[in-house]
Amino acid sequence: MEVTTANKAATGQQSTQMLSSIFSKYGIFLIFAAMVVGASILSPAFLSSTNLINIVRQMSIVGLIALGVTGVIVSAGIDLSSGSVVGLTAVVAASLAQSPDNTAAFYPGLHLPLIVAVLAACAVGALVGLINGSLVAKTRIPPFIATLGTYTAIRGLALLYTGGRPISDLTDAYDFIGQGDLLGVPVPIVILVVMAVVTHILYAHTKFGKYIYAIGGNEQAARVSGIDASKYKMLIYVYASFLAGLAGLVVSARIGSGQPGLGVGYELDAIAAAVIGGTSLSAGGIGTVAGTIIGALIIGVLNNILDLMNVSAYFQQIIKGCIIVGAVILDQLKQRGRK
Amino acid sequence: MENEYALSMEGISKQFPGVRALSNVQLRARKGTVHALMGENGAGKSTLMKCLIGIYAPDSGTITFKGERLNITNTHYALSKGISMIHQELSPIPQMTVAENIYLGREPVTWNGLVDMGKMNRMAAELLERLHIKIKPTAKMHELSIANVQLAEIAKAVSYNSDLIIMDEPTSAITEAEVEGLFKIIRSLKAQGCAIIYISHKMDEIFKITDEVTVFRDGQYISTDATAHLTEGKLIEKMVGRTLTDMFHKETTDMGSVFLDVQNLSGKGFRNVSFQVKRGEILGLAGLMGAGRTELMEGVFGVTRTHGGTIKIKGKEVSIKSPADAIRGGMALLTEDRKLTGLYLNASVRENMFIANINRYMLGPFINFGKIEKDCEKMRGLMRIKTPSLMEIIKNLSGGNQQKVLISRWLLTEPDLLILDEPTRGIDVGAKSEIYRLMTEFVRSGKAIIMISSELPEVLGMSDRIMVMHTGDKVGELSRAEATQEKILQMATGMSLTA
Repeated sequence: MEVTTANKAATGQQSTQMLSSIFSKYGIFLIFAAMVVGASILSPAFLSSTNLINIVRQMSIVGLIALGVTGVIVSAGIDLSSGSVVGLTAVVAASLAQSPDNTAAFYPGLHLPLIVAVLAACAVGALVGLINGSLVAKTRIPPFIATLGTYTAIRGLALLYTGGRPISDLTDAYDFIGQGDLLGVPVPIVILVVMAVVTHILYAHTKFGKYIYAIGGNEQAARVSGIDASKYKMLIYVYASFLAGLAGLVVSARIGSGQPGLGVGYELDAIAAAVIGGTSLSAGGIGTVAGTIIGALIIGVLNNILDLMNVSAYFQQIIKGCIIVGAVILDQLKQRGRK
Repeated sequence: MENEYALSMEGISKQFPGVRALSNVQLRARKGTVHALMGENGAGKSTLMKCLIGIYAPDSGTITFKGERLNITNTHYALSKGISMIHQELSPIPQMTVAENIYLGREPVTWNGLVDMGKMNRMAAELLERLHIKIKPTAKMHELSIANVQLAEIAKAVSYNSDLIIMDEPTSAITEAEVEGLFKIIRSLKAQGCAIIYISHKMDEIFKITDEVTVFRDGQYISTDATAHLTEGKLIEKMVGRTLTDMFHKETTDMGSVFLDVQNLSGKGFRNVSFQVKRGEILGLAGLMGAGRTELMEGVFGVTRTHGGTIKIKGKEVSIKSPADAIRGGMALLTEDRKLTGLYLNASVRENMFIANINRYMLGPFINFGKIEKDCEKMRGLMRIKTPSLMEIIKNLSGGNQQKVLISRWLLTEPDLLILDEPTRGIDVGAKSEIYRLMTEFVRSGKAIIMISSELPEVLGMSDRIMVMHTGDKVGELSRAEATQEKILQMATGMSLTA
């Protein structure tokens, strides 16, 4: 008699364990699916293709940044400078892509092919990343402090570059990056999808990616396995800022103007997307590109449905805050289940 | 025979702030032999090995390996020269698979530069198969038991095909059968001409597998002898610099009333277990890895949830839902994994000692540091903790000294029942003997101890009564008089269940 009850208890325990392991693996996708279903019931306008494309386009900028931030957090670091990188790369790229007949241009008479502006944005981003990476890997100051420094300084640099003024009247080719369509799909979405695939391969299927996870999981173990941890830590910051640079290009093209104030607060949105998507701030070595994209989409869908339901923007912020904390609580529960 | 030494380290010195860790020591290991490196905690064994593998740079001295003078500045270089190491206290990367951990830093790649996971898993499967280690290459490291983690680390060290493998406490977490497996691996490595440096506190292993023994004491080189020319007593004498007469200090004490009475308790990893502990008694808890001993004690202590059954303390039924309940009931638990669940690594020795006990040291709203200082200083003397001062950060202490600090912590709470989970794992003979002495004194004052241990000599030497577990069940109890190594092993492997 006792044996059967014990057995029952054991099987009950097993099935709850299985449920919790399924939930910890796919929980975020289930939550996202539930949100989509909920949103389409709450507002019929939600499922229209214009609205859906709108959601993805809006999240594409933060999504791009979040892809890189995910890697940094996986390596047990943090990058606070990405929003400032957006501002700097936006003004640098825009200054190289103004209409040639604009007499009041930043560089009057300058006429360069589009690729120069694109490469400049990426290169400036990567350069900031190199500074972040060097500070973290060489001087070994905490990443939070290192990137807090660049967060402040880079924003100042962007303001200094333009004297605080926006750089407008950009070429059509440049604007196309933010406003155009490719086969009916907005270009920012195409860029996000391509970079998401590239980043997924980079993180999940290359040595570089494996080492980022290894360093985040246990840096000392990675070092004694012969991995040059400093080098790979440096590289992940370079990659993250490169993506932020790309985001700066896209966002300035989207609004047709390079403004030094662009991207304020994006770094936190990107971190939020990564964290909601299961990247762990408390333990390194955990996080995926797919999770981060879902995390960004969750924020996007949430904002969108609250907009459609005419919920005040102030209230939206409160809800977003709750979601971020909720996601981290979920992460903690997962960690505990692991023990 | 022109180059019979695979490795020779000469005149190595290493100074840390406040401590001279190594002074002018030597170590010579021959090709195709197993060379034991012995010494108490803090003798400098680990420091020397870290110099060899490139984690520390020695202040002076030379390292010659395979006839070549090496200046080893990082692990990568050491590995490339053919020196690999099984790290004693290094946990692997928990979120990665066994295969990923083994080939970390040496991943096979496909033509397009991507990591070839298929090939890596096949290589790992072949390696594990060859070493007779039964672990799935695709299992995540955090899913493995401590024993299997250690086996994976062994496989990793072997996979480098090195000419010299350093094994630092390779058997601290694995069972007898697995030790045999490891010894088979070691013998075949020897046959291939590989030199092995073997560090262990388990005497029987030293005499079973090693060819030569080098002894260090307090950072000094003492001697190198052929193992065959030594006896256990002689070796211990060299290590501690004095003769140890009675290792266990066991006294039979008068048993008092029942302190803890557990009936039909079940939980994760154990079923329907009943037992009692009396005042003045040491209850030994024996069993193989995975028998549920640690799980049972965590259940009793409120770390994990239990279902069914009752727990009585001093005859009164209690409900233990958290460690705080257990501590209030007069229990203390020294955990098995001191890094994970015991130590505050970045805090001082003093902090680590009084942290569980702060309420005892309050003067109104203030902490009475004077009394803390006095009590901690007393413990330091009593436990013979080797530390420059009480304010030293604990991670700078050797493993044995860290363990002593943890035991001090729980002794300061003055518990009635002390639960010790592998209290002497990774600790040298001298410190072991002191811990045994403290255990004896503790029960003499009318208190009780439950000791989980995988070392049978320790179980037999210290326990008044021995309870044996097998895959989550209690399979029996033996009195001190009737217990033998054979009987315990028989029960622990489940053979007595056939009747």
